[in-house]
Amino acid sequence: MTKKLRSAGVLTAFALALTACGGAKVGEADKPATTGGKECGTFNLAVSPWVGYEANAAVVAYVATKELGCKVVKKNLKEEIAWQGFSTGEVDANLENWGHEDLKKKYITEQKVAVEAGLSGNKGVIGWYLPPWLAAEHPELKDWKNLNKNAAMFKTSESGGKGQLLDGDPSFVTNDEALVKNLKLDYKVVYAGSETALIQAFRDAEKNKKPVIGYFYEPQWFFNELKLVKVDLPAYTTGCDAVPAKVACDYPAYELDKIVSKKFADSGSPAYELVKKFNWTNDDQNVVAKYIAEDKLTPDAAAEKWVKENQSKVDAWLGK
Amino acid sequence: MASITGSVEIEVRRPRRGVIVGVLLVAWVAAWFVLKGINTLALGGQETTGLHRWLTDQRDFLGGGNAFLDAIRVVVDQFVILLQAVIAQPSYGRPVPLIGWLGVVAVSAYLAWAFGNWKVAVLTAAGLTFLGLQGLWQESMDTLSLTIAAVLLALLAGIPLGIWAGLSNRAFKVATLILDLMQTLPTFVYLAPLTLFFAIGPAAATIATLIYAAPPVVRLTAHAIRSVPRESVEAARSLGSSGGQTLMKVLLPMSRSTVVVGINQTIMAALSMVTVAALIDAPGLGQTVLKALQTLDVGVAFNAGLAIVVLAIVLDRVTTAAGDRPWRTASLRRKVLLGAGAVVALVAVWFSRTYVWAADFPTGANIGSKIAVATTDATNWVQDVFGGFTFGVRDAVTKGVLNPLEALLTESPWWLVAVVIVALAALLGSWRGAVPAAVCLGLLVATGVWHDSMVTLASTLLATVVVVAVGIVLGVWTGRNHRADSWLRPILDAGQTMPPFVYLVPFLALFGTSRFTAIAAAVVFAVPVTTKIVADGIRAVPVATVEAANSVGSSTWQVISKVQLPVARRAIALAVNQGLIYVLSMVVVGGLVGAGALGYDVAAGFAQSELYGKGLAAGLAIVLLGVMLDRITQAAARRTRKFKGTARGDNLW
Repeated sequence: MTKKLRSAGVLTAFALALTACGGAKVGEADKPATTGGKECGTFNLAVSPWVGYEANAAVVAYVATKELGCKVVKKNLKEEIAWQGFSTGEVDANLENWGHEDLKKKYITEQKVAVEAGLSGNKGVIGWYLPPWLAAEHPELKDWKNLNKNAAMFKTSESGGKGQLLDGDPSFVTNDEALVKNLKLDYKVVYAGSETALIQAFRDAEKNKKPVIGYFYEPQWFFNELKLVKVDLPAYTTGCDAVPAKVACDYPAYELDKIVSKKFADSGSPAYELVKKFNWTNDDQNVVAKYIAEDKLTPDAAAEKWVKENQSKVDAWLGK
Repeated sequence: MASITGSVEIEVRRPRRGVIVGVLLVAWVAAWFVLKGINTLALGGQETTGLHRWLTDQRDFLGGGNAFLDAIRVVVDQFVILLQAVIAQPSYGRPVPLIGWLGVVAVSAYLAWAFGNWKVAVLTAAGLTFLGLQGLWQESMDTLSLTIAAVLLALLAGIPLGIWAGLSNRAFKVATLILDLMQTLPTFVYLAPLTLFFAIGPAAATIATLIYAAPPVVRLTAHAIRSVPRESVEAARSLGSSGGQTLMKVLLPMSRSTVVVGINQTIMAALSMVTVAALIDAPGLGQTVLKALQTLDVGVAFNAGLAIVVLAIVLDRVTTAAGDRPWRTASLRRKVLLGAGAVVALVAVWFSRTYVWAADFPTGANIGSKIAVATTDATNWVQDVFGGFTFGVRDAVTKGVLNPLEALLTESPWWLVAVVIVALAALLGSWRGAVPAAVCLGLLVATGVWHDSMVTLASTLLATVVVVAVGIVLGVWTGRNHRADSWLRPILDAGQTMPPFVYLVPFLALFGTSRFTAIAAAVVFAVPVTTKIVADGIRAVPVATVEAANSVGSSTWQVISKVQLPVARRAIALAVNQGLIYVLSMVVVGGLVGAGALGYDVAAGFAQSELYGKGLAAGLAIVLLGVMLDRITQAAARRTRKFKGTARGDNLW
């Protein structure tokens, strides 16, 4: 055995020596990009865990790197932790914030470590959705008033004899338990617990023609695959959701916005100007999200593709 | 449920207690009919109690600068960054790490050979090369750096603590409680606060991993020290050894192989944290898994999960081989060979610092995308073929077993459930069971998530019963059959270290969003550890005992049920305990696929600031459930053992 080992060792060394001497040497070829960097420096960008956000981050990071010479450090963080990062100075910017009035109060008003940097141009919608086949076959379900008549259709092993309203991503505030109670619906809120579980449920429902009704939101890459149909709840009016336990109306429309750390805003970094001016539509975001989620491009490649096709929008962000 | 199976055992030997348990359960069902829906302490998903809001407020006082914590953070950060610079990240002004892939493979294989044997050296080289072929070299090395850092720190703290707990009874009792807490408190509960203490970065991720991974090595070191025969210690003492000498010359050498098992389990636990740590920006394979799952890309997630499994198997086999290697000075020949090997490894390192092909893993032969495509096809096929059948199984189990059990636990008034559980604990384990049960139930009420706790308890009981049943069957099989063991072991390792997030997507497709899906995931995760411990116990049964039973003409079944299982009962008790703890550590993952209850509360507390306190309370409730069930089963096991002792006449159970 030892003999074998020895000869194997000698052979390997020999083979290495033979094959190796031809290869390119480390450091000969492409030097690491050293474009500028002085002006902009390091730009710490929080990346929240959903594809839409990643689309925003990809494009901003791409432009900041290529046009401004920044060293962009993407940090993959849950929203909550990204907000904490403003106070510890480890996060410079959040590019898609969904409301979070409580966090704004804490970090912007009280601790004064973060500031708003304008709207991102994306419109957020939260509500109850049906898979397309169900909406086509039972168009009456699009009105909440007809939900009770069809409650039996939505029964599952989890819903205790009532209809199942699939809720879900723990990151989002939901009024659904109050809604079910106050609208006197014969439904039980079942917590799917993750976006993954929600998407899988809608996918399965469409494929196997099963009835499902659940909490979902736009913009979302999944709409490229399946156009879910929103159920009309009693219309939202200002203040109708003031008391959480008494909510009996639809969710408000969210104007998604951008938040940056106070330090970053005061730094005079060109990246801050870029973040402030960054603005695009839901369709823009969906295109980039589709490149990432379905065409499997890397975020950088997806951003490059979009930027090439939309140079004028990018120029506007850069103030050209 | 564990307590109910316990009652069956006892019924055989002492009918009276069995009758009492039966009467108690019937009375409970009768009372449930009458009192259904009263005092159930239900709390809506977004509702909180005063305690929860208070806990939420406390969270902010935790953070903030502290020189001591900052020092820890800087040291740990620098340590991880150093490791990354050596093997993972471009460093010191070069576009590649200090040591390229060829160097890493050569040095690792050399170390595996030097400390283990040539077989594991070949395995190491093959395994690491496979990671490169998957197209995941850099991610794997990032994960490896973080794992090495966390494991080394865990050993640095864990082995001394284990020795202390091994030498002192009081330390042992305190340690057991704290270790239970560390293993069952969901990581999500302390993940966000950790980033307040240690900032976002490698330090927080390493420390989160450390908290979860350290307990096995502490437990097994303590266990090993306590298992050294008293005679050996006394012999050393009588020859005039001091305490320190006894420790160094007798206790530690005699415990070595068990301590290595502990190190081994610590490595496994650290690798099972890779994806969770990625939630606070830990670099490496976890990021790949999470990113892939945002778009439900099972193939890519599986490819990265497979890389974690490969790392785990390599590290496991190398540490096992190192533990089995007898300590003796190497022969001259081996010394010469070791020297030659070192030269070869150094040459490989030089190559990997000089030439691009040896520094960056060549991208030509990427089998990762093929693995991803094949996995996606395979899961789609399974979903299409078995989809309808699996939903049927789910509905049958849910309606037949889970729903009735859950109804009994959740719809009865809380005080009725508490009285029944304390009474059962007293019957099965006397005061040793009843007192901890009463304390834990009281604290559960105080957490304000009683109703959710009962929902989780129902699923946990069902999952644990399945885990123990499957674990004993597989454990007996692999313990008796060497070939079965070598085939099954890689699968068990995969079950333990493949991130649950990877197989959750196919599970969701097969079973929908439901409590059943969560139970299935928990079973996959907990069966391996139960099986391994039972198999270990069966193997430890003296050959002479088994042969004696064979010689009197016992059938295989009789040998198993009358000899091997009874002799291995301590191992089985440990297997039940670890099976339960592993099931509980999956509660949060279960919450992500439709189990709701405590798991969802914890996940929501991690994601929404206003629910933080409720998440923490739910996390503590999981710990309380774990401690309560563990103490009741331990007390029951103790009691049956004592009973056996008095009836030793018919030696074979």
